[in-house]
Amino acid sequence: MLDQSLVERVLGAALRTGGEFAEVFAEDARNTSARLDDGRVEEVTSGRSRGVGIRVVAGDTTGFAHTADLSERGLLGAAEAASAVARRGGGGLRTVGLSRAPERAAAVDVLPERVGKATKVELLSRADAAARSEGGAIRQVSATYADSRRRILVANSDGLLATDDQVKTRFAVLAVASGDTGMQTGRESQGYAMGFEFFDLFDVEEAGRAASRRAVTKLAARPAPSATLPVVLKSGGGGVLFHEACGHGLEADLVSKRASVFAGRRGEQVASPLVTLVDDGTMAREWGTFAIDDEGNPAGRNVLIEQGILTDYLYDFLRARKEGRPVSTNGRRQSYRHLPMVRMTNTFVVNGAEDPDEIVRQTAKGVYVAQLGGGQVNTATGDFVFGMTEAYLIEDGRITDPLRDANLIGNGPDVLGLIDAVGNDFAMGSPGTCGKDGQGVPVGDGQPTLRVRALTVGGTAA
Amino acid sequence: MTELLDLAAAVVAWAAPREEVEAYVSRSRTTNIRAYEGEVESLSSAEPVGAGVRVVVDGRQGFAWCGSLEASVLKETLEEARDNAGFGERDEFFGVARPDGVEPPDLDLVREELLATPTSAKVDLALELERAARGRDPRVTGVRVASYSDSYGEAAIATTTGIAVTSAAGVCYVSVSPLVEDGGDTQIGSGVSAGRAPSELDLAEAVADGVDRAARLLGATKPASQRLTVVLDPEVAADFLSIIGGTLSGEAVLKGRSLFANREGEQVAAPAVTLVSDPTDPGAFGAGRYDGEGLARRRVPLVEGGLLQGFLYDTYAGRRAGRASTGSASRSYAMTPGVGAPALTLAPGTRTQAELIAGTGDGVYVQEVSGLHSGVNPVSGDFSVGATGLMIRDGAFAEPFREATIASTLQRMLLDVVAVGGDHRWLPAGPAGLTLVIRDVALSGS
Repeated sequence: MLDQSLVERVLGAALRTGGEFAEVFAEDARNTSARLDDGRVEEVTSGRSRGVGIRVVAGDTTGFAHTADLSERGLLGAAEAASAVARRGGGGLRTVGLSRAPERAAAVDVLPERVGKATKVELLSRADAAARSEGGAIRQVSATYADSRRRILVANSDGLLATDDQVKTRFAVLAVASGDTGMQTGRESQGYAMGFEFFDLFDVEEAGRAASRRAVTKLAARPAPSATLPVVLKSGGGGVLFHEACGHGLEADLVSKRASVFAGRRGEQVASPLVTLVDDGTMAREWGTFAIDDEGNPAGRNVLIEQGILTDYLYDFLRARKEGRPVSTNGRRQSYRHLPMVRMTNTFVVNGAEDPDEIVRQTAKGVYVAQLGGGQVNTATGDFVFGMTEAYLIEDGRITDPLRDANLIGNGPDVLGLIDAVGNDFAMGSPGTCGKDGQGVPVGDGQPTLRVRALTVGGTAA
Repeated sequence: MTELLDLAAAVVAWAAPREEVEAYVSRSRTTNIRAYEGEVESLSSAEPVGAGVRVVVDGRQGFAWCGSLEASVLKETLEEARDNAGFGERDEFFGVARPDGVEPPDLDLVREELLATPTSAKVDLALELERAARGRDPRVTGVRVASYSDSYGEAAIATTTGIAVTSAAGVCYVSVSPLVEDGGDTQIGSGVSAGRAPSELDLAEAVADGVDRAARLLGATKPASQRLTVVLDPEVAADFLSIIGGTLSGEAVLKGRSLFANREGEQVAAPAVTLVSDPTDPGAFGAGRYDGEGLARRRVPLVEGGLLQGFLYDTYAGRRAGRASTGSASRSYAMTPGVGAPALTLAPGTRTQAELIAGTGDGVYVQEVSGLHSGVNPVSGDFSVGATGLMIRDGAFAEPFREATIASTLQRMLLDVVAVGGDHRWLPAGPAGLTLVIRDVALSGS
């Protein structure tokens, strides 16, 4: 993407004002998406974004500048802007020698650019027809196909030079059903860090039918309870709970600023002994997977909570440097236009021992959540919400009536302690985009079926 | 800016016979400074550029974008959009906007002062903000974020149908998230002040908002579940307005995804509700002379005395509905235009927030909500969000509460509006904030 000697010269220039660390992050991202709505393929969109972000660290201060001008002049201009924060001067001429790390990019069978647009668009029409075949109550269907290829190069003044080639493919269907009770929506989405071979294992027609079934089922839904109840999360449907309940609170930038309820609790019991929580950027093909993070380090697997004991936080370069410890490879950024920060990758709870059906049978009254939407957390208080988009009542140990959409609310440390059953049916969930300080990055989540003894369900029914 | 318009015009000039082409090009200058513990934590500066090209030919539409303004890349982008158009399906209503003779509002959204302020002065603002937050209350134990940000942006739109417009706007803001601690309880606040130039920023107000509002939540507990009257803080009310605005999109109506389809002229809200989209108001941060397709922005009445007046349209939705565009196309260079409402506001009432609280008797004051994207379904109308705030007893603020939700449906909430406050203020996110009183909402707690 960039000539090695040019990168070395830019790093040297970035250190000239006395910075202790400099980094060049180059990115060439291309994506294609196509959207079908109202029975017709509305349009195909292609995007291309290419540029370089330059970071200079001097003491506790970071300077950052980015440019889409990849000429030597453009890069040196950005290096100068980024290095303006190091006012001490005295950098002199520093020579940076880079040594190239081995290529680690995941193999992709079929690169998206090798597949014709007509083939991509045809998937949408098939999903639409399948979704509409689920009966006359289906009034509207929209479907989205999206692929992306992101090539990155990271080089820094410690001599690191690493590259990655990240390919992702995603597909989503949203159906609207209409009946006497008004309109309802159903959604199905899946995505992997894969090329077009994704569609060898993902059936777009089944996705269309699944979205429609969810919408039709909800036409008969009752308002969700307004009460604190036991909640059973179906495997693969509720990993976002952990992302919100504790994942963000374990990010070292928040911890070090004491903006997390988990600050200062390493080694303590923070969850039920049934809970082991892992963040793993190495899982094959998952949405939050990469070969190197956006600071150039090979992806890692980090155990955050082991049998309820908080074992570690998540780190990026700056936080690890401050504490004099290794990174955990969680330095990520949305694009070359953003500074990296501590982010999750694929965050999940590992399998327990129980039969998932038995967990439901042993719940006298509660809520069964088959699919969660997004969520949000206030890391300082630990209070978090997450939305249920497919849920049912549990009555006398049986899954009964469907429920309308609502948020659930809980407090992270409390809820982790209230997990009283963990199943043996682990599954990853659908792809997510995690937002933090205005930056979105792809993340995965997963869990086996599990039960929280008490969560507040934010519906309207007495 | 003429240079930007020249670039857009050059793209349009490459159009083939029968093609309609729209080029949107933009350039901005941004600064972001964060202060932490008396030092600059980070300083970012950049001049991002980008372009989006839409091609409509034989009733098919294609789009492509790039993060560059180099002529060769723009040409490739046009070719990509043209190629993409071959794979879309025919729709007779596709097409770029045509000049409609409506004059744009006379707005000047650029202050020379913003462009002339040196970086060192901006750094000082961020440092001063953090210092002021730490000094505001002995219970402030830290500041997660104290930042100054600004952005000055220029854009040009040209089309084969004769649109050739430019626009420019500058905005800056300070944002602070203080941590307040007392007796083992921690709360994090949020205070923002925005303006079109640094001298319009009110740091003291941002700090007071951030610190005092977090401090009054210290010791909050989970409330009992009940139905009651809620008083929405102006910022929460603005979030609610944004959601309502989405349901009044003419495109959502046409595609069978609006709660309010076929209800023009009907009573959809309480008589106290008059809702307008008004990007012509110079005080609005969502103000602008032109929309995302290059048509004049204009004032659009949506609800008058509770009666639904109409919907928002861009060119496509307008044509399909047999109406004119209301100049309501929103976009960035990386997106095709779509219906949006950048400056929604309710007609203000006459009473202050204190008067409204006094008149409420018993209820809850909702200071903050969470989970708007996960608990609100704008198609079904189901509304359920996390809520934090203060109980209201005998017409006055009482103890704080947290870890609760409020729920109803959008349809009912509009009809259940009891009063709109007189405390109108344009917020940086776009809509105006004003206190809103809504009865019979379910509060879920213990």
